[in-house]
This record gives sequence, C-alpha cells and structure tokens, in this order.
Amino acid sequence: MGYGPRVADPASRPRADARTLAAIFAGGCVGAMVRAELSVALPYESGHWPWATLLVNVAGAFVLGWVITRVEDGREPFAHAGRLLGTGVCGALTTFSTLQIELLEMLDDDRYGLAAAYVLASIAAGLAAVALATRLTRRGSSAPEPA
Amino acid sequence: MTAPLLLGIGLLGGAGAVARYLVDTVAGPRTRRGFPRGILVVNLSGALLLGVLLGASVQGDAQRLLAGGLLGAYTTFSTWMFDSHRLATGGRRGQAALNLLAGLALGLLAVWLGRELGRLA
Repeated sequence: MGYGPRVADPASRPRADARTLAAIFAGGCVGAMVRAELSVALPYESGHWPWATLLVNVAGAFVLGWVITRVEDGREPFAHAGRLLGTGVCGALTTFSTLQIELLEMLDDDRYGLAAAYVLASIAAGLAAVALATRLTRRGSSAPEPA
Repeated sequence: MTAPLLLGIGLLGGAGAVARYLVDTVAGPRTRRGFPRGILVVNLSGALLLGVLLGASVQGDAQRLLAGGLLGAYTTFSTWMFDSHRLATGGRRGQAALNLLAGLALGLLAVWLGRELGRLA
C-alpha cells in the first residue's frame, strides 16, 4: 500500500473511487431492468424449464468474457468498460440466487432429472460462452453483437 | 410492468451491483491469481437472503424489487463462470472445480437455510 499510483493492471486489487462505483451502479440498473423485462416476457412456471434465467446467464457470461478479455489484453480503450459493462451490466443481468431458488424448487418437487439437466446446462453453456467469447476476442475478429 | 416498478428494480439493481463490488473488494483475493472467494461470499449471502424472502412469503412488487432487483443483481452468474474458466485454462483445474462445486452445493444449502429461517419469521 502507498507505493504510488497503480498502473492499469487487471491483476491489481479493485478500487472503490466514485467513478468506478457510478459506472457499476449505472450498469447494474440496466442489467437488472433487462432481466426484469425478460422475466415478464418469458415467465417461469414451477416445474418447467427456466428459459429466462438460462438466457440471461449465458448471454451475460458471453458478454463478460468478451469485455474482460479485452481489458486483460489491454485492448479496451474506455477505462471503465470493464466496470460498466462487466461488473455492472453483466453482473446484474446474470443471477446466481434465482438459479439456486429454481433448483431448490425442482428438488422440492422431486424433479431431480430436471434439476440436474438445468444445472449442467447452465454451467456447460456458461463456461462455453466465456470460452467462445475469449477465443473470438483473441482471434481479433470484430466485436460480437451483445447477445 | 409499470414504469415506476421497472425504475425501482433498476435502482435497486444498481445498488446490488455496487454492494457486490464492495463485498468482493473486501472479501476477495488480493490479486486475480487468488481463489475467487469474494464472489462466493456474495453469491452465498445473496442466496441466503433470497431464501429468507421466499420463506417469509414476500410476494408481488416487493418480491420483484427485492428478489428480482436487489438480490438478483447482487448475486452473479457471469463472474462465477468467468473465474472458473480462467482458473481451468490457467492450469488450476482443481480450483475451478472447487469454485463450481462449492458455489452450487453451498448455494443450494444457503437458499434452503434462508427459506427455513424466513418461515420462522
């Protein structure tokens, strides 16, 4: 601590200055509103496949993979992009707590197969989305459309 | 969904995202080389609180605001996946598996425990 200003190093510890927090807040507002609208468009019924949660989670993992890879590689010109789009939008668009509640309710209903399929699909698709976004970004192809 | 409700979800979602960042800053590893325990703390605490809301039968707009807005945005799936991917591709497959399994198993335990606590209320 106190050894001079940090360079733009993705490995450095996060900071809590006002601009960083404002970027995260703004991004979080957008992410939460998009998820809310989507949960209305694709309502979840107990015992059914939770399309809305799966969709936001996988799409958010893809966009986060894209933006943080750019930050890691020093290719992101906008200094707060990682915080606004990554921590804010993608962080709030995607959700862990809803996924866990949906799983718990599937287990309550003894729908073990559905629960297993849902959790495996979420994790496999989430990891694949990050891997694909990383690969596409490092190939130097143009920025993919946010899904 | 009415505009004021959507706006409220947005504002609480922003607050949830900021809270996630601050908790991760305090509870997380000092560098990105460390195990991503900060996001685990965020996700498990958020799952516990969501369980409490469910157990206490919070419904309607309050549910949309607190469960969908605040806790939905506080907890996150994308960073959980991102960290697991980077651990696995960085030669730390064991830690990647631990991150996934601990999140899943402890997350389920947290929502269940929260729901039991909420039912007592």
